Amino acid sequence: MSLTTDEVKQIAHLARLGIDEKDIDTYASDLSNMLKLMTQMGETNTDTIQPMAHPMDQAQRLRSDITEEINQREHFQSIAPQVEAGLYLVPKVLD
Amino acid sequence: MYNKTITEQGKDLRAGKYSSVELTQTYLDRIKKHAGLNCFITVTEEFALKSAQAADKLLTTGNASLLTGIPVAQKDIFCTQGIKTSCGSKMLDNFSAPYNATVIENFNQSGAVMLGKLNMDEFAMGSSNETSFYGAVQNPWDTKTVPGGSSGGSASAVAARLTSAATGTDTGGSIRQPASLCGITGLKPTYGRVSRYGMIAFASSLDQGGPMAKSAEDAAILMQTMAGFDPKDSTSVDQAVPDYSADLNTPLAGLKIGIPKEFFSEDLNSDIASTIETAINEYKKMGAEIKQVSLPNMKLAIPAYYVIASAECSANLSRFDGVRYGYRCDNPGDLNDLYTRSRGEAFGQEVKRRILMGTYALSAGYYDAYYIKAQKVRRLISEDFTRALSEVDVLMGPVSPTTAFEQGAKTGDPIEMYLADIYTIAINLAGLPAMSIPAGFVEHKPVGLQIIGNYFTESRLLNIAHQYQQVTDWHQQTPKGFE
Repeated sequence: MSLTTDEVKQIAHLARLGIDEKDIDTYASDLSNMLKLMTQMGETNTDTIQPMAHPMDQAQRLRSDITEEINQREHFQSIAPQVEAGLYLVPKVLD
Repeated sequence: MYNKTITEQGKDLRAGKYSSVELTQTYLDRIKKHAGLNCFITVTEEFALKSAQAADKLLTTGNASLLTGIPVAQKDIFCTQGIKTSCGSKMLDNFSAPYNATVIENFNQSGAVMLGKLNMDEFAMGSSNETSFYGAVQNPWDTKTVPGGSSGGSASAVAARLTSAATGTDTGGSIRQPASLCGITGLKPTYGRVSRYGMIAFASSLDQGGPMAKSAEDAAILMQTMAGFDPKDSTSVDQAVPDYSADLNTPLAGLKIGIPKEFFSEDLNSDIASTIETAINEYKKMGAEIKQVSLPNMKLAIPAYYVIASAECSANLSRFDGVRYGYRCDNPGDLNDLYTRSRGEAFGQEVKRRILMGTYALSAGYYDAYYIKAQKVRRLISEDFTRALSEVDVLMGPVSPTTAFEQGAKTGDPIEMYLADIYTIAINLAGLPAMSIPAGFVEHKPVGLQIIGNYFTESRLLNIAHQYQQVTDWHQQTPKGFE
């Protein structure tokens, strides 16, 4: 299994990840090598095996639905790249 | 004083032989003197001296803990309030965390003195500490070689005695492999034993923080502070924390050690193999029984790991979008440009490679073939360990197939680099605890012995490691120029 440069561009788009044009061939080749390594798993039959998401098969712990966090908007926004009037600023989405 | 164990330093502090301020200053001076190793991203000199003064006061009150006044350095993956927390990345070069990780809170509570934040592979992705935005870390045993990774700064700093002890995190071997390559003692605890709150996430079902120290005895003291249930971490395990130092001196007669034959494959350097065999023989002399065991699916650990870890990393790192914190590109044209360029300009090559791999593995049409398949293989690997550990108490083998390799030797071939973790990553997939302890040298470079236990048997592992350190002195050796 190997990836084309167009496929790499599509994956980068899905990940919203800028990659340099000159690096795309290298990514295509590296990712293809990784996929080759991963196809080794195909040699083992796992039809009857349940997927394992947690090392000890634990489910997420639940808690009561009550507010525990205090509002720290100013504190958290003090490290933001751009804020105004308590809002995070991003480029205009709608014209 | 910098060569002494935490217990010895604690006794000296209480006896008034030197103060915490003096001990802290000694390490700060060493950090400056050996700045060329590049172990630290941030040295918190002022903060450290203030904490040391407070510790000196606390030591006179009788309310001090074993760590009060002891200088410890933190891997730069743990959030520290008001102090730069970079995770080795340009993405967080300007990030000063708004809160403390639970591990940091625990150390603060204990009265330990934080010397600074340690260098690491970018977002903990790497096995040589060469992917750090802040440059490679040198291994003090041979400065042309790598310290291992991702906790390379931690391992190098402890080995060079720039700190009394350090923390690390281990997703696929990131505590054990650098501990092995730098000749120190490292413990990766059971998944869920140490809180992940405020520990910047790489692969959430694998990540685990743990101690990196000069000895098992020191690691036990650190572990006492690090371990425990944390309601702020949804995967933290609600189980009582034992006294990790209580069983250190238990004799090992009757201990059953399993040797997985897959750990001694042709990939293993033959001199390392004989070093490990010598160490196992030492355990035989202490009354342990040795048994051959098998982990038949171990060869699938690397492919399964790189699917699962990449998938989880691509999801976790989607939070870095240039909006709320961290790096933001100049003059974004639109929202998509803001995301794409901020991420593109601030992530390094290895992080990008893993985000791409993970995004692909989770994308429509490939999810079952890669991600679900890897999770099924994960169960097979975990069952191998369960079977083996039902026959014996612990497993032993090498940590790394090679000793420290030269800087740049593997950077051109990611797969080659991934194979450096061949003996460590299966343990993360299973969520088991494991240690690396110094077991000798090959061509003047340290070799680590790996000890793997069943879930929540950290006390037993520390006991087994400590007993070995009573009859050997590998852990006490220091690199030339750093004595």
